[in-house]
Amino acid sequence: MSYRGLCKEFLESCGVSIGDTVLVKKKDIEYRGMLLNRSKGLDDIHLVLKLDNGYNIGVDITDMQLILLEKGEKPKIELPPLEVEKDPEKMDISIISTGGTVASIIDYKTGAVHPAFTADDLLRANPELVNLANIQGEAILNILSENMKPEYWIKTARSVADEINEGSDGVILAHGTDTMHYTSAALSFILKTPVPVVITGAQRSSDRPSSDAFLNLMMSVTAAKSDLAEVMVCMHATENDSYGFLHHGTKVRKMHTSRRDTFRSINTQPLARIENGKIKILDKNRGYNKRREEGSLEINDDLEPKVALIKSFPGISPEIIHYHLDKGYRGLVLEGTGLGHVPEDIIPALERAYDIKVPVVMTSQCLYGRVNMNVYSTGRKLVASGVISARDMLPETAYVKLIWTLGQTEDIKEIKRIMQTNLKGEIEEKTSQEYFLI
Amino acid sequence: MDYGKLGLKMGLEIHQQLNTEHKLFCPCECNLTDKKPDKMILRNLRPTQSELGKIDRAAFEESRRKLQFLYDSYDQHTCLVETDEEPPHPLNPEALEVSLILASLMNMKVVDEFHTMRKQVIDGSNTGGFQRTGLVATDGFLETAEGKVTIENLCLEEDAARRIGQKKNQTVFRLDRLGIPLVEITTDPSIKHPEQVRDVAYQIGQVLRSTKVKRGLGTIRQDLNISIKEGARVEIKGVQDLDLMPKMVENEVKRQINLLKIKDDLKEKEAEVEDEILDVGELFKETESKIISNALKKGKKILVIKLKGFSGILGREIQPGRRFGTELAGYAKKMGVGGIFHTDELPAYGITSDEVENLLNYIKASENDLFVLVADEEEKARNALMEVERRARMALRGVPEETRKALEDGNSEYLRPLPTASRMYVETDIPAIGISAVYLNDIQSNLPELPQEKKQRIMKKYGLSEDLATQLVRNDKVDIFEKLKSEYKVDPTVIASTLAYTIIELRREGLNINLLSLEVLGDTFSLIENDTIPTAAVSDILRSVAQHGCTPREAAEKEGLKKLKESEIQAIIDELVQENQELIKERGRGAMGPLMGKAMGKFQGKADGKLVNKLLREKIDN
Repeated sequence: MSYRGLCKEFLESCGVSIGDTVLVKKKDIEYRGMLLNRSKGLDDIHLVLKLDNGYNIGVDITDMQLILLEKGEKPKIELPPLEVEKDPEKMDISIISTGGTVASIIDYKTGAVHPAFTADDLLRANPELVNLANIQGEAILNILSENMKPEYWIKTARSVADEINEGSDGVILAHGTDTMHYTSAALSFILKTPVPVVITGAQRSSDRPSSDAFLNLMMSVTAAKSDLAEVMVCMHATENDSYGFLHHGTKVRKMHTSRRDTFRSINTQPLARIENGKIKILDKNRGYNKRREEGSLEINDDLEPKVALIKSFPGISPEIIHYHLDKGYRGLVLEGTGLGHVPEDIIPALERAYDIKVPVVMTSQCLYGRVNMNVYSTGRKLVASGVISARDMLPETAYVKLIWTLGQTEDIKEIKRIMQTNLKGEIEEKTSQEYFLI
Repeated sequence: MDYGKLGLKMGLEIHQQLNTEHKLFCPCECNLTDKKPDKMILRNLRPTQSELGKIDRAAFEESRRKLQFLYDSYDQHTCLVETDEEPPHPLNPEALEVSLILASLMNMKVVDEFHTMRKQVIDGSNTGGFQRTGLVATDGFLETAEGKVTIENLCLEEDAARRIGQKKNQTVFRLDRLGIPLVEITTDPSIKHPEQVRDVAYQIGQVLRSTKVKRGLGTIRQDLNISIKEGARVEIKGVQDLDLMPKMVENEVKRQINLLKIKDDLKEKEAEVEDEILDVGELFKETESKIISNALKKGKKILVIKLKGFSGILGREIQPGRRFGTELAGYAKKMGVGGIFHTDELPAYGITSDEVENLLNYIKASENDLFVLVADEEEKARNALMEVERRARMALRGVPEETRKALEDGNSEYLRPLPTASRMYVETDIPAIGISAVYLNDIQSNLPELPQEKKQRIMKKYGLSEDLATQLVRNDKVDIFEKLKSEYKVDPTVIASTLAYTIIELRREGLNINLLSLEVLGDTFSLIENDTIPTAAVSDILRSVAQHGCTPREAAEKEGLKKLKESEIQAIIDELVQENQELIKERGRGAMGPLMGKAMGKFQGKADGKLVNKLLREKIDN
């Protein structure tokens, strides 16, 4: 029972529970309908009824007479079961679900869109997928992506690795969009994959007919069957339901709160375009890893999660840096202004970090472009304080990479070397004119 | 027809756009545009589960057509809410208020808490695949000459996108209309007579007109629900003309009676519908029928089904000028084919009687059997014939429940099955809105007058003619009229006819009547009140203001419309008498008539007739 307070008492005294058909009598009106759950956060004096005409209304329990007409079951959401036989001609593709919008449905508890699907449900809701490949589904987490954390990256990476080791020809990870680009960066550093690892999601929940989930999943299957042995993000390229982009997992970012084409490649071009089951490579200069023989999967999931990502702003106090150092943080990523700056009065705090061997990595809140701390005096002072330039890496990618790097070594010089070396496409030497606002 | 005996029952469903500042869930304006779209957005829709886990019948059928949709969108006129790229903003409180006023005017019981729902509509007219709607009030009534009619529900919902064309497989919609607030008012199905339907529709129209609703073509849509005993509920969408309603009802009743008759006849003939669909392309290799041979050339298929015992039935008229075959064709067309051929209308279209005979033999048809043929791409043709079979099976049971589209001749055609209640689920992006007793009381103690009441009141109170009062009410000018009347001591008829006629005439002359503000009108009437201008000058003053943008006082100067002072009048009369000494000598007082005429000609309304009369008489008498 999701009702609380007065409503809960009232319903209990009437012997009525959710799903029951009831008659509600008030002074000048009667309603017949089914009692539904009430969203959390709403008051405790209204009952929610679904009338016979399908409309929900809230009815105030004051002076209400509630008559039970028929006991009912709480309505359950169930999709028709899908029985498919494995087709030896088709490739084996795994879909791993972590929750989030790509796999969700209306929840009676909160009245909100909520992740509640199993990986099986995902398939049942999108039966067309099985025409493209032998699909194996597994749900490893059921969280909204804002609740992701480094330990779940490890769990996810290991599940992906298991699927590949068990013979999967490509893995799709269904993930909430909010932190998808953190996870894509994490999997990029943790895994060396012989097959495609494709991360996808949806900006419109899958309970609505206009959801982008279906097309994103279809495109992801195409990507997972391709010879691109990379960790990639696959989402709508435009507002249209027509084609999608495959983005490098380390150079992609959610750039809009709600649009379907929210994911953008930053400081690079998308790797490929997917349309009607076909892949077209867009970035011909960069190259990519090709699908390899079995057994070449490598996994390195040693992480040091005690890293903070701190944004600089006018008036930022050195206290913030000191706080993290006092709390034992092992590394800091700064999102500086412009070319990679923080106010001068922060510098002593950064020097303290250097002294106690806490690496500080500088990125830019401009997102586009490259950090260069040699142009202005503040920058030069930052370099002198041991601040490491993240070059053209995205702040989120730098954050994930520092977590991974600190899991590999404690040596500051080595940390600096790794951070500034391109491992998984996260750093590009050249900044093309093409790379802005695309 | 004896409607009572037939068990005729009717209900009305009226959709009316509200004239609010903004749309229901976003800040866009509530106006349509004919501008070229800035962007076209391509989308697909897929049906999903409803709250109760059943896929709606209508939604399912629509999904089978696999349509793609193109949406005309605008950089400024529409926003991301209409394109389904942004969650809805909070519900527009102005729209809720208007709907509460309407509910109260129809004596309805308002819900305690308003919940926004998603009504699944996947024909593309809503970018999200659902229309947002909520139940505002239930259980009201209106009085009609034939008795009380229950107003069952009033819902507040968003209007759909405008369908503006078709590009191959893609239906083109424009997003300007999507999201305009709309009230849906439904009566219960207790209306018993066609004339009463018209009366109820008229009355609801009057209620709507007393509040902030849009006027003009396309801003109101009326749907009729009709059933008779043994028949079925049929919803006829888009009845534009109130006066057409009785005919619409009559034709639908005829249709249902005829379908029931067909059911009986089919039973007698032991009619049956089989599933088998045959490819008969071979039989038409040498055909002279252009339609068939062209289809074969393009690699299309010629498919037929046999309907046992249906011979003669498809040719039978069920509405004036519409045959039963047209009903079957209506179902087939929904699958994307151009139409069907059947035995009752053949030979025709280049298909010869030999070919018909051959085909009947080929499918082993007996005397009472009939074939239906479709020439199209295989999947389309097959789906179309499956629909024909489905509809033919319904004929064995009588009248199917349907949503139909009103045609201009009073007939209707098949649109889709009646939607079931399961296509509703809760809109999770909009929180429930409590409607407090205090708020509702406030609204109910400030209800607007109904147009009819308003008209009667102003006729009585101000002595206006029925015609003038009607014009003021129809053009929403009563408030301005009463304001002006209370501020200036001027004959109410003068104020009323200025508002009802003069301004409209000036607009027809192409003048900018926006310049004729309340202030301008007030200043003009103040000139009359102070006796500065004659009443007859109002139209000239306002014309001058509209032309030059000056004040009414300036206009009076400029156009020479000011009344003359008594001394000026005296001088002109003196002069007139001087000039006509002979006439006065001849006729004495008898000269008054002709001289009065001459005088008024000279004054051209700038002098008061009584005064002129008095001064002239004095002068002659002297």
